[in-house]
Order: sequence, then C-alpha cells, then structure tokens
Amino acid sequence: MSLAARYLEEHGIPTVLFGCARDIVEHCGVPRFVFSDFPLGNPTGKPYDIDTQREVLSLGLDLLVSATTPGTTVVTPYEWSADHSWKDKVFSSEQPFLDPEATRKWLERKDAYRTLKSTGKI
Amino acid sequence: MSRDTSNHVRYIDKTRAYYENEGYGKPYEWAHFDEIPFTPFPGVDRPLSECRVGVVTTSDMARRGSEIVPDDPRRLVYSLPADIPVDELYSRKSAYDRYATTLDDVDSYLPLTHLHRFVTEGRIGAVAPRFQMIYSEYSQRKTLSVDAPEILKQMREDRVDVAVLTAV
Repeated sequence: MSLAARYLEEHGIPTVLFGCARDIVEHCGVPRFVFSDFPLGNPTGKPYDIDTQREVLSLGLDLLVSATTPGTTVVTPYEWSADHSWKDKVFSSEQPFLDPEATRKWLERKDAYRTLKSTGKI
Repeated sequence: MSRDTSNHVRYIDKTRAYYENEGYGKPYEWAHFDEIPFTPFPGVDRPLSECRVGVVTTSDMARRGSEIVPDDPRRLVYSLPADIPVDELYSRKSAYDRYATTLDDVDSYLPLTHLHRFVTEGRIGAVAPRFQMIYSEYSQRKTLSVDAPEILKQMREDRVDVAVLTAV
C-alpha cells in the first residue's frame, strides 16, 4: 500500500495513508501517514467506536492539507487497551498469523502466481 | 498526539523471525527508498471542501449476497461503488490480527460512512464514485507496474483530487 501511495503522489495526487504497522510504512517512506498503535486490522479507528473513527479520519484530512514535507507521521492519541500483551503475541508460535486454511490458500496463490509469471502471463 | 508509542510492534523484525522459524528461506526484503515523492496540497488548487476524495484499501471487500467468484491468481485491482451502505460490505481478508480484533466493523478500516458524512457537513467535496481494492503483494514490481497504475487510471477517470489509503 505504501508503494501505491508513493505512485499516486508521484503522479500528482496528494495521499494520506492510515496504518498500524509503523515500522513497515516508515521504512518504505510515504508522503503522509496516520499511525494508530492498534492491532493489524483497524487503521481508521476501533471497531464500533464511531467517535474515535471520525477523529482518526479527521486527523488524516487535516494532515492531507497541512503537511509541508514528505514523510510526515501523525500518531493518533488512542490506546488499544491498557493491556499491551497483544503486542508480544503477534507473529508468535502461540498465535500463528494465518489459520491453516488461510495458509493453504496463501501457498496455493503463491504457486499459481509463480506459474503465471514463469509463463509470461503476468 | 504526544502519547508514547515507542513500544509499537516491530513487524519487520517479528515477521523475519517468525518465517525463519517456520522454515522459509531468504527473508522478505521490505521496500525502502531514500526519497519520498510529494505533491503539496496547495497544488490541487481548490479547498478540501471542494475536493473529490478517492479511497483505496487492502481489505479485500465484497458485497454481501453477490456471487462468489473464484480467486483470480493475478490478484488484480478491482473496485466497488462507494455508495454501497457499509452493512452490505464485508472483508474477505485473513491477514490481520485475528486474536486481538475483528474486521466486523467496516468503518474501522474503510471509513466510507464517515467520508459520506463529511461530504454532508461540507468538510470534503465528494467521495469518488468507486473505491479500489489492492492486494498486499509479495512482488513490489507487480504493485508498481500493474496495480498502482490501474488505481491511478481509475482515479483520473473519476477526477479524484486527493486519496485516502487504508492498509489493513
């Protein structure tokens, strides 16, 4: 997604990217980034928390207009929970990131993509 | 905005360790650039209240009740009308933190309801008639040479002024 933001920006469309993986987005480098320190899945606010969602989006629209330099990150002021243990468990053997069915599909897709690529179809 | 987030998750390190442990070979090289492109907002030449906002997401959305189409291995960009009520949409994405959260509330990752409300309130001019889905790809080449140009093409057709992107 960071690459798409960069591409649009290169072609004259100002962008703001909302995300929860700060290191990945900032490693790539995007013009404007709204970071929420939440689990992967809810970059525009907590589920069913309408006020937070509205505020996160609002921060992004403000940033769209106000940023004067590329690579500007705004951190939203919300905490996912007082308990931060979800951070330790991400990508751990205790909590495999994908369930077995999703892993199987992912591997299938990888094979299919490689086949398309090797036969020049993509 | 000053809350300490210095303990945010280091996904690059975590995924490297995780997939090494799972027996995968060479670690993924995350995209990195020294330069960042930038189009200053004043270049749009109109206030935000008159801008048409495009929306892109990695959340693999589908419409409830619509025909299930088989996975296309090419995983191309696709779009849906932006005026579909969010309760008629759902995400097919499996790569998110399924232990800590859910994708049941669309507006927590695809803020269509709030964008439409901002139009009503005069904060933005309009929402583009369709929003785009892009897959999180292993191949950066494919994202840059196939997917991103398709998004740009659709946004130009829709006369989009600024874009909101949500990485799920």
